[in-house]
Amino acid sequence: MKKNLLFVLIIVLSTISCTDNSNNSFNQANISFNFKHNWDGTSITNSDFNTIKFINSNGENLSIERLRYLISKITFTTSAGEKLVFNDYNLVDLTYASNLSYNLITTIPIGTYNNVSFTFGFDNDANYNGNYADLNSVSWNVPAMLGGGYHFMQLEGKFTDNNTQETGYAYHVIRAVDNTGDSLIFEDTFFEVNFGSVTISDDTIFNIEMNIAEWFKNPNTWDLKVLNNMLMPNYDAQIMMFENGQNVFSLESIEQ
Amino acid sequence: MKKLAIHILLIIFIILSCSNEDVQQYAPTPSLLKIPELFENNILKPVIPSDNQQTVEGIELGKKLFFDPILSGDKTLACADCHAPENAFTDSSRFSEGIDGSLGKRNSMPLFNLAWNYDENFFWDGGTFSLEHQAFIPVSDPTEMKNSWKQLQQELQKHPEYPNLFQKAFGTSKIDSTLVTKAIAQFERTLISANSKFDKYLLGEVILTPEEVDGFNIFMEETKGDCFHCHGSDKNPLWTDNIFHNNGLDETFTDLGLGTITGDPADNGKFKSPSLRNLIFTAPYMHDGRFTTIDEVINHYSEGLKNSSTIDPLMKKVAQGGVGLSIQEKSNLKAFLLALSDYDFIGNPDFIND
Repeated sequence: MKKNLLFVLIIVLSTISCTDNSNNSFNQANISFNFKHNWDGTSITNSDFNTIKFINSNGENLSIERLRYLISKITFTTSAGEKLVFNDYNLVDLTYASNLSYNLITTIPIGTYNNVSFTFGFDNDANYNGNYADLNSVSWNVPAMLGGGYHFMQLEGKFTDNNTQETGYAYHVIRAVDNTGDSLIFEDTFFEVNFGSVTISDDTIFNIEMNIAEWFKNPNTWDLKVLNNMLMPNYDAQIMMFENGQNVFSLESIEQ
Repeated sequence: MKKLAIHILLIIFIILSCSNEDVQQYAPTPSLLKIPELFENNILKPVIPSDNQQTVEGIELGKKLFFDPILSGDKTLACADCHAPENAFTDSSRFSEGIDGSLGKRNSMPLFNLAWNYDENFFWDGGTFSLEHQAFIPVSDPTEMKNSWKQLQQELQKHPEYPNLFQKAFGTSKIDSTLVTKAIAQFERTLISANSKFDKYLLGEVILTPEEVDGFNIFMEETKGDCFHCHGSDKNPLWTDNIFHNNGLDETFTDLGLGTITGDPADNGKFKSPSLRNLIFTAPYMHDGRFTTIDEVINHYSEGLKNSSTIDPLMKKVAQGGVGLSIQEKSNLKAFLLALSDYDFIGNPDFIND
């Protein structure tokens, strides 16, 4: 009888200790981000790729064949203004449906945060002071002649001009650079995406939406007939991409 | 006390019974891949399956098998006949000849840096997953070695040397296709090429000619060659993305490439980007070996592109046939590409039949 009691006690203790490690018993929460995509509200997965089925604000019919983009520095700002910064990054690749979900490597304290944000692309510190083997291995680099560092986004596909010939486009976002003179002149095009205040009371999933149509819409109506390829060294095009990117992301929902 | 003694005896008996002769003999020597400095510094680690770690004995066995025509139905054709060291492990034919004279429909692929194919999709169409499985295919392919695995296993089993070599490599003298392909894959993973002039330039050991520098710039410039999006860069020394593209060879397809494997029409006409290393040794070029010179390849991208529904969006100015490089630009681009030639690789005694 004594032995049985001891056995039961061990089981109970084991169960409790396992539970403690897996969730918020220490006032900590696991955080993950899901990246979802739509075209003006219509959900998109990679099964929607390779068919000309979207119409941009300039009236061009287009397809998507590849979409991958980089987000970095997920940040939680406390009510005291303290920033909890995750110096990590995630290369979302809708083409192969990889990294559509991203878990923070550590838990965060439960509580109310004044803001949750991430950086679209890399800020300059991350862009130029790191040599990332995983990004190099998937050819995410920017040539040194354009300042080096990394792409922020690659959106590729085809469009038709007045329903005639299909033409490829490669909407590649990098840090804007004017390489026409003797020295390179840069303009930052990474930007912070803010989702506002949130209360973390338990393990939390942020469902992030990218409206791909926004890249072609606001404030610059994108004319693919003019701007379809060789956009990396096109300083003005990069600035327009930066401007259009401001309203691309939104927080669809929070699951706790 | 009596019980305790019995327990101890039982444990000793179990330990002794586990230590049979085979286990004592099976002690292969680990052999880590020699990862080149540029690879170590810039890209992810190679893919080594947990169930097929590199060993000295496994590599030696794989090398012997790779060069041994015993693998073919009539004992005339070895892996090395279509994947010759002097050709960076491809051959100079447009289509390789099988044992009965029949031709395949694809150009033999060169073999190097295979452990860095992170997705592990091999062949021009990605039709096989893992290097081990890749090695499985040619033995029974009727246009290649035209053997049967059953027959090959029997012949290897009867061979005066192989059973002992398998014993040393894998701890069993019972030979099967799994162990044969594991050994060949181990050898193939050692085929590392990273000592070209351009590699040495990146390591600060040599300088490039002005033509080679300009050629590299054309390679990297989006408004010129724009090769880097699919073919690596100074930061990706594999010189391939190891994925599949339609690079504008044809308006209609006689060979669907990746589309044959996936069944998705959007993949028709897509083939794996080959590495641009060692081009001087690997002619002819493209999946069907249609181009016999590097000049023809450059001309294709410059003014020979053909449009089709699946052409890669990165193929620009398709309506004009391509990016339209000048004669000087083409010449310099070629000079750069030739700087990716690794003469040490094709002369490496570890990779040549003893």
